[in-house]
This record gives sequence, structure tokens and C-alpha cells, in this order.
Amino acid sequence: MINGTVVDLSRIQFAATALYHFLFVPLTLGLSFLLAAMETVYVTTGRPIYKQMAVFWGKLFMINFALGVATGLTMEFQFGTNWSFYSSFVGDIFGAPLAIEGLMAFFMESTFVGLMVFGWQRLSKGQHLAVTWLVALASNLSALWILVANGFMQDPTGAAFDPVTMRMRLTSFQDLIFSPDAQSKFVHTSIAGYVTGAMFVAGVSAFYMLRKRHMDLAKRSFRIAVLFGVLATIGVVTLGDALGFVDAKAQPTKLAAMEALWHPEPAPMPFNLIAFPSQAQQRNLGAVRVPGVLSLLVTHSLDGTVADISTLEQEAQQKIENGIPAVQALKTLAHNPQDPAALAQFDAHQADLGYGFLVQRYAPHLSQVTPADIEAAAKDSIPPVAGVFWSFRIMVGLGLLMLAFFVLSTLYSLRNKIERKTWVLKVAVWMIPVPFLADEAGWLVAELGRQPWTVYGVLPTWMSASTHSVGYMAFSLIGFVALYSVFIVVEMYLMVRAIRIGPGEQGGSGGGQAQPRPTLAPRAVPAAPYGSKLEG
Amino acid sequence: MHTFAIAQVIWWLLLGVLLMGLAVMVGMDMGVGAILRYVGRTDAERRVALNIIGPHWDGNQVWFILGGGAIFAAFPLIYATAFSGFYVVMLLLLWTMIMRPIGFEYRSRMQQPAWRNVWDWALTVSGAVPMIVFGAAFGNLFRGVPFHFDWDMTSYYTGSFLGLLNPFAVMTGVLSLSLAAMMGSLTIMNGAEGAMHQRARGLAQVAGLVATVLFALGGLWVRALPGYELLSSPGAGVPQTPLQQTVGVGGSWLHNFGAHPVLWLLPLLGFAGIIGAVLSARAGRSHLGWWLGAGAWIGVIGTAGAALFPFMLPSSSDPSMSLTVWNSSSSKLTLLWMIGFAAVFVPLILWYTSWAFWVMRGKVTPEMVAGHDHAY
Ligand code: HDD
Ligand code: HEM
Ligand code: HEM
Repeated sequence: MINGTVVDLSRIQFAATALYHFLFVPLTLGLSFLLAAMETVYVTTGRPIYKQMAVFWGKLFMINFALGVATGLTMEFQFGTNWSFYSSFVGDIFGAPLAIEGLMAFFMESTFVGLMVFGWQRLSKGQHLAVTWLVALASNLSALWILVANGFMQDPTGAAFDPVTMRMRLTSFQDLIFSPDAQSKFVHTSIAGYVTGAMFVAGVSAFYMLRKRHMDLAKRSFRIAVLFGVLATIGVVTLGDALGFVDAKAQPTKLAAMEALWHPEPAPMPFNLIAFPSQAQQRNLGAVRVPGVLSLLVTHSLDGTVADISTLEQEAQQKIENGIPAVQALKTLAHNPQDPAALAQFDAHQADLGYGFLVQRYAPHLSQVTPADIEAAAKDSIPPVAGVFWSFRIMVGLGLLMLAFFVLSTLYSLRNKIERKTWVLKVAVWMIPVPFLADEAGWLVAELGRQPWTVYGVLPTWMSASTHSVGYMAFSLIGFVALYSVFIVVEMYLMVRAIRIGPGEQGGSGGGQAQPRPTLAPRAVPAAPYGSKLEG
Repeated sequence: MHTFAIAQVIWWLLLGVLLMGLAVMVGMDMGVGAILRYVGRTDAERRVALNIIGPHWDGNQVWFILGGGAIFAAFPLIYATAFSGFYVVMLLLLWTMIMRPIGFEYRSRMQQPAWRNVWDWALTVSGAVPMIVFGAAFGNLFRGVPFHFDWDMTSYYTGSFLGLLNPFAVMTGVLSLSLAAMMGSLTIMNGAEGAMHQRARGLAQVAGLVATVLFALGGLWVRALPGYELLSSPGAGVPQTPLQQTVGVGGSWLHNFGAHPVLWLLPLLGFAGIIGAVLSARAGRSHLGWWLGAGAWIGVIGTAGAALFPFMLPSSSDPSMSLTVWNSSSSKLTLLWMIGFAAVFVPLILWYTSWAFWVMRGKVTPEMVAGHDHAY
């Protein structure tokens, strides 16, 4: 039996390291495309300012990239170190996209990023451009495969439990990769990355415009970024809507928590704009509601309804009762895999196996399960409502805020008025953290909302962890937090420093002093301000 | 043979290929890290060393990541049991490995000697420690590791961290570090001139000689360790759990070599590779030496794998629960799909990696490094 504190510490460690990884990843995803776009303009028009742009933003890209790689290493091994039961239970399915990600994406991204940085003078213009595009493509492929893996946890399709091996087994690879959850998640998340990259470039460019430095580079970068930003925010909002649609089918408990919907309501259902959910009392302690909107948002019609928490809890009770015989059959099968009675019992009840596991937390041997145990387990089947509800509101709110910002600044930028609108520029600088917050909030919706499962409806979180001692888990958590804290301080310092120094200066090996350079003078900049390892 | 059994063996071989790729490619970069402070006496020299591997370390590191991913996909029970069992060791590995990307990327972004010195130490430690851990993990496989399973396949590790640092494992750890140092030295010889080249030339020979002695010692030592033998099991290509077999301990780990004498070619390749690399370094022919060193890794890892087969993670506390190729693999469907992906992407990876090395070929000098802003 796994110790509850160990599970909690494992969850905190996963949440901390994943949220940390995802501070860097979206910027990689978005900035790599912006770099490719800028370099494409350079190669097609031959205007050196665009090369200067690609080189400058490339430098910031690399500062961010290093931490993306470092923190990703932790993620790759954490399933095995801290979630060993999970790993053996679903490795047959979940391991495959992770390995494919390495084969298809990480190798490409990491090999070509080296050439992107060091290859400016070794490659022809066209070759270098191709390399930059490959980096952008590969970072998106890595998002695709990791989200296929995560999509399986949200909506396990293409797999079945195999009582002979006591693990899940892949039944259809196609179903796994074309799961609607995985696909809409992939598009939503990568576009969220483009939003992030766009906001970053827009914000830093606005900073230069406010100081009247590097005006040419800043104006051009700003324009590309906000155009990209408008399209991406529209995409992220549309796909977010699609995700809600998918969730309604695949994860009704998550959707009910997102909307803080405790009790049944007739259609058209009202939408809780603001609410203060109380898990203990199973109701909202106060709410601001908009009539009719929930039905419209989730079902895209006025007469659709959304399942509520009390109904879902009752359904969970039935599933738990149905799942208990499945777990009992497994115990027999573990010692005698051919036992025909146990096989028949398992077959009849296997659909709810996961719910049988859920109640094992309260009745480990399942010999005398009481109605109180079943009720407690059914209550567990609802995720923490307040956290999910508010994370969702924060993400959506910030998304709409960014949409407004991008539309406005695109209008000013296309009319060439942007450098006079200092308030817009100031807002842009302050908006740099916004997409990062929205990204993190989005993951909290996704992952908190999946609780109490690691694999929805199949494997409870409390079973998934490794059998470590509390001391080990505390030790590793402290170690990661300490290391990562140092890393982020160093990263932020170098990032801010590189931004202050600005384009065209010797930012790294050379001087390192910020000297104002005449703007609009691309020729004054060395042909290869950085990146070329050597000549001949 | 049954398709499933063939797929299991193919994945066992592919895993071997990945581990060899890891040892050669990551080992070379880590070797450079480990010897950084010896071959590079001044800041300019150290930057030359870092820039020799600068364009490639990240791509190379993916061999390590893919190693993890491939074990997860093809042998999930090994991934789960080994990585949770070796917990503290894994933390040591991760904590040192995650310093590398930051060390490379950030070291030369500031001028202060203290700053650079900190990162140079970080790169030294993060070169040496993972290679020792990597080798020691292999050593522990021959000793067996104390773990067992519940009826529902929950795994329990009952050993301690210090138990993993037994003398045999420490020896294999040092063997792995010395091979990495040899490859790192040869890489420096390939890319640097003058004094650095000479220092690396000397070090390659010393490291190679240490590796030769330890590899020979390892062979003798293994003869004295009790080997594992599968007495009964549901067999290859049959879905099963580790609860359904019996394993005997006391035979010899060299059993497979007796049954298939052709396997002796593997240790032979190991010795020939190391000695050839040492002689090439001596003769100043570092490119040839590098390839021979790569051959040495193939020989050494191949020897270990061949001796252990079909065992992958023997249990010392409950030998019958040992993990083998047959009882820890994924299902046939997963293995076949993954063979398909590997068949397409591994050749592609080898092709573009070679192209990247070819593009960046040639010597690196302090002047080139100083002249360019983004150099490490
Ligand atoms: C939406 C995108 C996304 C998501 C959800 C994740 N990652 Fe990630 N990851 C990336 C997108 C990405 C990336 C943008 O592709 C990175 C950043 C730097 C890089 O090389 O790739 C990356 C880096 C990166 C690396 C280093 C690769 C290298 O050395 O080149 C590893 C091992 C992982 N990730 C593993 C994971 C795992 C196990 C995750 C699940 C918990 C995860 N990532 C979530
Ligand atoms: C990078 C973006 C991600 C972020 C920010 C993130 C965030 C989180 C958070 C906050 C939790 C804790 C939830 C809780 O325990 O209450 C969690 C748990 C978890 N997530 Fe994610 N997640 C991310 C991506 C993924 C992906 C891609 C996978 C799988 C491929 C994954 C697998 C898991 C697992 C195994 C747990 C632990 C079990 C659990 O507590 O549910 N996560 N994640
Ligand atoms: C206003 C429109 C938006 C809607 C309706 C929306 C909707 C959603 C939904 C329903 C989820 C949960 C997915 C799941 O159940 O697993 C989600 C997750 C997420 N959202 Fe949004 N979102 C919006 C805007 C944004 C913005 C602006 C960003 C960031 C720039 C963002 C980033 C994320 C991320 C990173 C996740 C977690 C990954 C995932 O599950 O796909 N979202 N979003």
C-alpha cells in the first residue's frame, strides 16, 4: 500500500517540475516560428535588417532553450522514478509516443539548433533557412507526441487491460494518435505557444520603441509579432472552445468542475461568470450568473445540458459497485491466469475496473466494502472544483485580454502609428508575463481537472506513485526546488541583460557593455554578429 | 520463432544500439567535460574545448533521452523498476545532467572569471558523475538488485543507496569514465591544435590503458560472480508477468559465451578497440582513434549485454522475479509499431547527424572563438 504523503509529494514534485518546464516550452514553440518567419523575409528580400532580427531574437531564444532542455530531462525520467506503478501499468501505450518524440522530434530539434546557432557562415542562406524551419517544425512535433501521450491520460482510447500481464495493452495505435482529445490539445497548446512567442517579441520590441532604441528592428519585429499574435489568439480561443466540447464527452467531471455546476439545471443552462465553490458543502457560496450561456458554450445549442456534479457522483457509486468484482477477479488471476470463473467475472466487470481501484483506497482488501467507503470514493471522483474553476477563468480572461491587445496594436502598427501610442507600448511591456500565466493556468485546468485519476477512469492517482519513503521524496523535492530556483534567477538575469544590451552588440563573449548603437544602420553591424564558429 | 519473440529480441538489440550510441556520443561530450580543466588551462583554451563540441552536444544528448524513452516504450517494467529502484542514483544523474545545458549555454555569456569558473566546475562534475553512474548501473546488473513485486505488479526496492556502490560497480563506473575520458581526449585532438592537442594526446593514452586494465579485471571478476539462469518460464514470445518463472543462481555469467563461442568476438572487439585507439593517439591519428574508441564501446557494452541475456534486471532478493527480455517487454503490437518507427527514423537521424558533423568539421582556434559573439 502506498503512503498518502508519498503520493502527495510526488504530485507536488510533478506539478512543480512540469509547470516549470512549461515556462520555457511555449516560448520555444512560438519564437522558433517567428525566427523562421524573419529569416524567410531575409532570404527572399535580401534585406540585412531581417537577418539582424533573426540573429538577435535567436540569441534570446537560446537563453530560453537551454532551460527548456534542462527541465525536459527531468520530465522524461520522472515517470519512472516517481510514478513507477503508473509506468509499468500504461507503459505499453504511453511509452510509445514518448519514444517517438525522441526519434522524430528531439533529435531533429537538437541537432539543427546547433547548426542554427553555429552554422551562419558554414551554410548557404537557403540551407540555414531550412535548418531554422526544421527547428520550428521539430519543436512542434515534440509538442504533438507529448500531447498524444497526455491525451491518452485524459481520454484513454486504443487500449485495454490485459489480465494476463496485469497491465494495459495497446489495442489500436491509430485510435491512440487520432484521439480527438490529443489532437485538439495539440493544436490548442502549440498555438498557445505562438501566442506566447508573439507577446514576448511584441513586449520586448515595445520596450525598445519606448526608449527610441533600435527603432527599425523594433518596429518591424513588433509588426510581425502582433500580426502573428492576432491569428494565434483567435486560434487558441477557437480551439479552447473545441477542447471544452471534447471534455464534455470524455471527461464530464472536469467540465462540471470548470463550470462549478453542483446540481442539475434545466436547459438553457446559466453560466457562472464568477463563483465561490465550496467542495465541503457541494455548492457555490455565491455566484454571478449569465442566463443561457453555458448550454450555448458547451453544447453549441440552447437546449443542450451539461452533467452536474451530484449526478456524476451517483453514477460513480454505481461504477464503483460494478468495479469491485473486477478487482477481486484480478487477485485470483494473478496467481492462476487461466482460472475460467475469474476470467468470466473480470470480463463482465472490466469496464469499471478503475472505479474498483478507487475504492481500494478505503477498503484495501475489498472483502467488506461499506456504503460509507463507496460514498467517500465517489466524492473523490470529483476534482477540486475551486482550483479548476478559477484556473479556467484566469486562462480565458487572459486570452480575451490578449486578443483585444493584439487587435488594437495590429491596427496601430499597420497604420504606422504605433510608436506614438506610448500607452499601448507600455501595456505591451507589462503584458509579457500574461501568456505565461495563461499557459500555466491552462495546464492546471487540464491536470487538476483530471483528478483523482492519472489515466481518466482507469488508474487512480493514489495508486500510481512509486513505493518510496517520505524522506526520499522530500529530499528529491527539496533538491529540485533548490536547483530550479537558482536556474530561474540566472536565466532571468541573463535574459534581461541580453534585452538591455540589445541587438548588434557583443552580448556574450565580447565586451558585454551596453553601448547605444546608431539605429537604422544595419551595415554597421558585422555581417555575422554571432553564431559562426569559424571560417575555413 | 514466433513474431512476438522476434520483436522482443529486435528491441533488445535496438536498446543495445541506443546504449552504444549514448556511450559513444554522450560519452565523448562528457569526456570533454570531465577533462575540461586539465586540457584547457586558460579561459581561451577551455572555450576552444567547449566549442569543439558546441554545435553537437545537444543533439548527442538525445541519445540519452531516447534511451529513456525507448526503454519506456519497449520494456516498461524495466523503466519503472530500475529508475525507481535506483532512486538516489537517478537523482544524482539528473541533477548533474541538467547542469550541462545551462553550463554550455550560459558560461561564456558573462566575462567574470568567477562566473566562468563555477560553470567550468559544473561541466566537469556533470561530465564525470553521469559516466560513473552509467557504468556502475551496468555493474550492478551482474550483482543483481534487491527488488520484488506484489500480486498487482507494484514493485518494491529493498536495498540502500550505498548498496549500489559496491566495489564491482565502482570498478565498472571507473571503466566507463575512463573510456569517456579517452573519447573526450580524442575529440579534443580532432578539434584543437598545439598544447591542448598534446595534453589530450597524453591523456587519451593514459585513459585507454586504465580502461584496458579495468576491462580485463572486470572479465576475471565476473567469472567469480554467481550467474543467473532461467530454469523455467512461460517462454519467449508469451505474454506473462515476472511471477511465473523460476531462476537459479550460482551458474556462470559466461554461460552464453560457452554456448556460442562466436560471442568472444565482442570482448575481443573491446580490447582491440581500446588498444587501437591508444596506439592511434600515440601516432597522432586521432580520427582513426575515435572510430576505434567507438568500436571499443560497442565491444564492451556488447560483452555485458551478451553475458546477461536474456536477463535485463536480475533481482538479488528474489531471483525468480528477475526481469528478462521475455517478461518485461511491451505487447507485440507496440513493439511492432516501434520497430517501424525506428526503422524509418534511426537511419534518418544517423544521416543528418553525420551531415551536421560534416558541416562543422575542422579545427577550432582561440582566435575563431574570440571573434564570434555567440561562441560558447
Ligand atoms: C507543448 C509542448 C510540450 C510539452 C507539453 C512538454 N514538452 Fe518537453 N519540450 C518541448 C515541448 C513540450 C519542446 C519545446 O520541444 C522542448 C523545449 C526545448 C527542446 O529541445 O524541446 C522540450 C524539451 C524536452 C526535453 C529535452 C529535449 C532535448 O534535449 O532536446 C525532454 C526530455 C522533454 N521535453 C520531455 C518532456 C516530458 C516528459 C513532458 C511531459 C510531462 C514534456 N516534455 C512536456
Ligand atoms: C508541460 C505541461 C504540463 C504541466 C504544466 C502539467 C501540470 C501538472 C500538474 C499541476 C499536475 C498535478 C495535478 C495534481 O496532482 O493535482 C500534474 C500531474 C501529472 N501530470 Fe501533468 N502537466 C503537464 C504536462 C503533462 C504531460 C504532457 C504529461 C504526460 C505526458 C503529464 C503527466 C502527468 C502525471 C503523470 C501527473 C502526476 C499524477 C497526477 O497528479 O495527476 N503532464 N501535471
Ligand atoms: C479564451 C479562450 C480559451 C478557451 C475557451 C480555452 C479552453 C481550454 C480548455 C477547455 C482547456 C482544458 C483542456 C483539457 O481539458 O485538458 C485548456 C487548456 C489549456 N489552455 Fe486554454 N483556452 C483558452 C485560452 C487559452 C490561452 C490564451 C492560452 C495561453 C496562451 C491557453 C493555454 C492553455 C494551455 C497551455 C492548456 C493546457 C494544455 C491543454 O490541456 O491543452 N488557453 N484551454
